[in-house]
Amino acid sequence: MRPILEVSDLEVHYPTPRGPLVAVNGVSFALQPGERLGLIGESGSGKSTIALAIMRLIKPPGEIIGGRIHLDGVDLLALSEEAMRQRRLAEVALVTQGAMNSLNPVARIRRQIRDGMRAHGLKLSKSAFDDRLAELFHLVDLRPEVAELYPHELSGGMKQRVCIATAISLRPKLIIADEPTSALDVVVQRRIMQTLDRVQGELQSAVVLIGHDMGLMAQFADRVAVMRAGVIVELKGVKELFANPSHPYTRLLMDSLPSLDQREPSPATAGVTTTAPPLGNGAPPASPVPVENAR
Amino acid sequence: MSTLLELRNVTKTFGGGLFQQSEKVALRDFSFAIDSEKPLITAVVGESGSGKTTMAQMMLGLETPTSGEVLYKGQDLRHCSRREKRSFRRDLQAILQDPFGVYNSFYKVDHVLTTPITKFGLAKSRDEAQHLIEQALLAVGLRPEDTLGRYPHQLSGGQRQRTMVARTLLLRPKVIVADEPVSMIDASLRVTVLDNLLQLKREFGISLVYITHDLATAYQISDHIIVLYRGDVVEAGNPEQVVKHPEHPYTKLLIGSIPLPDPERRWGDDLIDGNGGNVEHLILESAERAGSLRP
Repeated sequence: MRPILEVSDLEVHYPTPRGPLVAVNGVSFALQPGERLGLIGESGSGKSTIALAIMRLIKPPGEIIGGRIHLDGVDLLALSEEAMRQRRLAEVALVTQGAMNSLNPVARIRRQIRDGMRAHGLKLSKSAFDDRLAELFHLVDLRPEVAELYPHELSGGMKQRVCIATAISLRPKLIIADEPTSALDVVVQRRIMQTLDRVQGELQSAVVLIGHDMGLMAQFADRVAVMRAGVIVELKGVKELFANPSHPYTRLLMDSLPSLDQREPSPATAGVTTTAPPLGNGAPPASPVPVENAR
Repeated sequence: MSTLLELRNVTKTFGGGLFQQSEKVALRDFSFAIDSEKPLITAVVGESGSGKTTMAQMMLGLETPTSGEVLYKGQDLRHCSRREKRSFRRDLQAILQDPFGVYNSFYKVDHVLTTPITKFGLAKSRDEAQHLIEQALLAVGLRPEDTLGRYPHQLSGGQRQRTMVARTLLLRPKVIVADEPVSMIDASLRVTVLDNLLQLKREFGISLVYITHDLATAYQISDHIIVLYRGDVVEAGNPEQVVKHPEHPYTKLLIGSIPLPDPERRWGDDLIDGNGGNVEHLILESAERAGSLRP
């Protein structure tokens, strides 16, 4: 099968007074249709730069120095600016961490989604658009009334759902989700990821999930690429990666995840009693606060 | 046993003024005490809007409660003399989330370390001040020669946050209130900062109020966990009890929402009941009936 996305020897530089900063240093990977790739790394590893390079949204003076990016066989780096603009959203969509800030504060949600579709060549009649909107909202678990609201009337999770709905409005072949949930609470994060999971299953788009949370990768990705200082240090199937991390940096990332299964008997915590009364004047409540008081 | 700091039935509401229809309760009937003899790490866990930061602000004397009292050595903070306030400000120190925002980027990092020394007259001479600073940096595992004389942007987030820990150490406080101290730091550096905080308790007998949204790190370092939800304490107890045998539905939801770093275990399986139905909604419903979750 022909890969939907093929990135080879990608190199991105940001010039600085002290010579170029190499943000991405010869990165290659490929994605099959419908596949989910996790791209994990810490700040400055180059993971977001890869997302921007695929979208061809690297801001000057940053520059793609070398390499190729093929989306469904088309060389993205060879396209004219207009041809690339048309492909954004229609074929490759980006959902970012601050997606909530990318909504227009003075336009109703309905108009924002319609504008996106129109700008990328899909002009629907009012009733056809309404049908499509209902379908999209159903997919991302939003109530239909949300279409008539303004962004400030939505919670963070709802805004992120709107952004996902916008991203999938033209059924792109590839969705790049760059830290889509890092600004959200854990409970909301799980629900958003479930939505992304369902949407991906429905559309069969390929997804690149960019993040820093190993737990999220374990729960979502088919394969995981670990990035550090502009290079991929390890790339393999998610089960294989967790069972058998071969690069020391991958192991470091895994070891730094605090476990909920076991309190590690680290020298610091060993020998600490947990029975002393920190709450109130008397003994700590043995059971949680009674529900009447907890109202 | 003597109580250093106590929050007694503290409630804080916002709004409800002339032009606002309803007031918002940020924290409701919250009681908590810190013993001056027995250092403990208390984790206050909650999501956005849970009231955890409001609690920290009142603990630090930055907000006054709407009702209830904040007592420092048994005396209401509002009636403390200047002298007592000064001692209060030394005994309680804060470490905040953003390890960049606390620095003035025009000054070298030395500035945040020399200021408390001058303010509180900790050293008699320049040499003594230098010695104190170096000792404090060494205590948090930073090399003075790599840290001093640099500007904030030249240090990593972890180094900046550890410098803040060193700053608090200079003052030898009794209590440190750390509001999300590691949430903006890369995972591989988090451990070092958390280790520093643990060390403060172990070696210097400093109590820590660790405010976080991350139940996993709370479980790892704390002696006691308090779970806040929309201004109410919904669960409190020792970490084993809270994480392994949570009683309140919200705590269960919080634990089930953490993405497990294990591709073999499905996310939220703990939220599935024996018949394969998702208990998430049941949890929310039952919690609402119990009156502790508002829609």
